[in-house]
Amino acid sequence: MTSAVDPTFNIASSVAAKPGAEASPTKIKVQNLQFYYGQNHALKNINFDIPEKRVTAMIGPSGCGKSTLLRVFNRMYDLYPGQRAEGQVMFDGVNVVGKELDSTVVRSRIGMVFQKPTPFPMSIYDNIAFGVRLHERLNKAQMDERVEWCLRKAAIWEETKDRLHTSALGMSGGQQQRLCIARTIAVRPEVILLDEPTSALDPISTSKIEDLIDELKREFTIVIVTHNMQQAARCADNTAFFYLGELIEVAPSDVIFTNPKEIKTRDYITGRFG
Amino acid sequence: MNDHIVTSFDVELKEISRAIVEMGGKAERLVAEGVTSLIRRDITLAQKVVLQDAGIDQVQRDIEEKAVLIIAKRQPVAGDLREIVASIRIANDLERIGDLAKNIAKRVIAIEGEYHPQKLVRGVEHISELVLEQLKEVLDAYAGRNQAKALEVWGRDGAIDTIYTSLFRELLTYMMEDPRNISVCTHLLFCAKNIERMGDHATNVAEIVYYMVTGEVLPESRPKADASSDTTVAFPGTSAKV
Repeated sequence: MTSAVDPTFNIASSVAAKPGAEASPTKIKVQNLQFYYGQNHALKNINFDIPEKRVTAMIGPSGCGKSTLLRVFNRMYDLYPGQRAEGQVMFDGVNVVGKELDSTVVRSRIGMVFQKPTPFPMSIYDNIAFGVRLHERLNKAQMDERVEWCLRKAAIWEETKDRLHTSALGMSGGQQQRLCIARTIAVRPEVILLDEPTSALDPISTSKIEDLIDELKREFTIVIVTHNMQQAARCADNTAFFYLGELIEVAPSDVIFTNPKEIKTRDYITGRFG
Repeated sequence: MNDHIVTSFDVELKEISRAIVEMGGKAERLVAEGVTSLIRRDITLAQKVVLQDAGIDQVQRDIEEKAVLIIAKRQPVAGDLREIVASIRIANDLERIGDLAKNIAKRVIAIEGEYHPQKLVRGVEHISELVLEQLKEVLDAYAGRNQAKALEVWGRDGAIDTIYTSLFRELLTYMMEDPRNISVCTHLLFCAKNIERMGDHATNVAEIVYYMVTGEVLPESRPKADASSDTTVAFPGTSAKV
């Protein structure tokens, strides 16, 4: 057993080492990241790389810091006083947690989908157009095209094309969640953050979302936080295990779920954590 | 290793492990009795061995059923998953060992009453002792989750192959010395080959135990010294051994 995570561990290169998987450049590089909720040191010196156009899953027990890290990626913590990040999250050469960057710009390039579907109380069409209008000036035809494009991408076009101007609140939970994914894609981000996107959904909707994730990774870099380990094993190319604010182990999912190196990882994924 | 949060999962895993050990014990006994029936020319014992093989088959089916059920219910991962997969594969190897023992017993019945000097079976007796030792060791390695012991068993198979090769030559010599020996020696040759195959299965089990414990796969090539089937013709991708 190795003792600790190599601080220079690079998923992109370990994926490349696996036959069949092509090397992927690093999209987000986390370096010496510390995060504090006031006095509470929630993330302790996190170092790891998120490869481009791959699905990276973050798993761990409640309170381990995985959702915190996800929130750091798109500066969600900016909204709360007393929360601060130190270190670097390099996104295409720019430090996301640095003061110089406008968080609105960060969020248009790094989109996020939450645990519970959060449609706006407006029509399906406007749910999507709303965010797009903040960033781009499109005419009617262009906007129609964009709405159709992202609804198709989110595999929900067939179900919604005849009711685009009805309220999004009338949709089922699974449909609402896919609408939220469509809304996230609409502003054409590069990275999509998914915070337990299927924990409130039934198995069929869950399968649809997982299928969607597989589809979306051709164009987007995806980071998913999930409590469902089977889901991480199914969807993610790489999986990172967090415990008490530390990154314990990160490796290709095939390795994590058959032969994890760290005892803590092993105990957690096999259901032995007391 | 710590216990699972779900205690019934631990109970199920222990049950499977216990079944493998039980099956291993049965297979060992069957091999020992099969060889004894050959050495003593004991038809009654041979018949008993033939009948007892069904018991091993039954345990194998039970293990498989339990393993499939655990996969369906628990979706095991990591060490648990390896344990389940290992149990299915080990049960398979043990079942084959049982079959081979049964085959020896059947041959005992087939050569009943034939001219059969005792010196012919000495070699078979010797090789069977080695294989039984291997089998015992590998089952201990399984029960103790001991990868070092598994590795030892894995490395020792070459010795059995060497003895098999010399036994092959010895039996050929007997056949040339006295054609009355041919029928019995041919059967003995098959018995020896069966026992040598059991050694291979024990080596398989050793590989599986090693994988189960460490998650690493042993290299494909292991010590092989059975020269009796060597050919001068090279297989594609291998070098010819003469």
